[in-house]
Amino acid sequence: MLPEAHREGPLTTYVATIRVRPKAEIRDPQGEAIAGALRSLGTDVADVRTGKEIVVRFAAADEGAAHAAATSMGDQLLANPVIEEFVVQVAAE
Amino acid sequence: MKVAVLRFPGTWSENDFAHALTLVDAEPEILWHADADLHGYDAAIVPGGFTYGDYLRAGAIAAISPAAAELKRAAAEGMPILGSCNGFQILCEIGLLPGALVRNRHLEFRCDWVHLRIESDRTPFTAELVGQIVRMPIAHGEGCWVADELTLARVEANGQVVFRYTDARGGATPEANPNGSTANIAGVANEGGNVVGLMPHPERCSEELLGGTDGRLVLAALTGVRHTGRAPASVQ
Repeated sequence: MLPEAHREGPLTTYVATIRVRPKAEIRDPQGEAIAGALRSLGTDVADVRTGKEIVVRFAAADEGAAHAAATSMGDQLLANPVIEEFVVQVAAE
Repeated sequence: MKVAVLRFPGTWSENDFAHALTLVDAEPEILWHADADLHGYDAAIVPGGFTYGDYLRAGAIAAISPAAAELKRAAAEGMPILGSCNGFQILCEIGLLPGALVRNRHLEFRCDWVHLRIESDRTPFTAELVGQIVRMPIAHGEGCWVADELTLARVEANGQVVFRYTDARGGATPEANPNGSTANIAGVANEGGNVVGLMPHPERCSEELLGGTDGRLVLAALTGVRHTGRAPASVQ
């Protein structure tokens, strides 16, 4: 996002949902444990993968800028590219 | 030799490291991460703990501290840097070391003694120690080192694997692997060999009083002082 002084027009508040999950080739022992627990309840579970959801509220000029800002958050901090991937969903509040 | 020992919110092994460093004649100084300046130091330690409560990922939040930029600068200039446990996780998150540390395969927190084979003498912490089997304590829930196949092959080929979990005779068996780590890897170095990370705690096994002294070998390799003849702190 541009510094405040360089922005034009009114800002809208956006809610970005960043879903982080282990890459397909990374084993997910938490998911495996949950799968075992679900099976113990009698549920026929083939596979479980876990992840986390991070919800961020912030102001941006438009949806494109909001998406770019949320993607940058994912790249810089929220996901570790060695082991994780993430998807971003953005909506105006 | 002046050694900076970094302290982040949630670091817990900085005093142990500072103490152990005095046993090999180093002059340790504990530095707060937010304004850490590594100029004038000969080496740096990133100790274990649970920085920022392990929130997000172990070491992830510490890795964007001002200290991370300072560690990158010092590493590029060739400064010897050692990260243990959470310090290893932080150095991987910063990108100074290859791979990442994830949840132990069995999901258990492991607090135990392990044997390690020292695999490389290309680092200032293992010079002349290659081939030795040492015994050190571990205490972690996220110590399973992973990397993609290309990175693993490169790390193995370059001699960047520094410590491997083994049995007492040096066999890297699945039973000797406490967390499911890839290829029994317990510690790695950067390409230059000056930055080293390991899950075990050398600072917790540097005196007979603590049940072992093998950790002192790693610190002594750094300072070149094997034994100062100093009495343990408890009887001083």
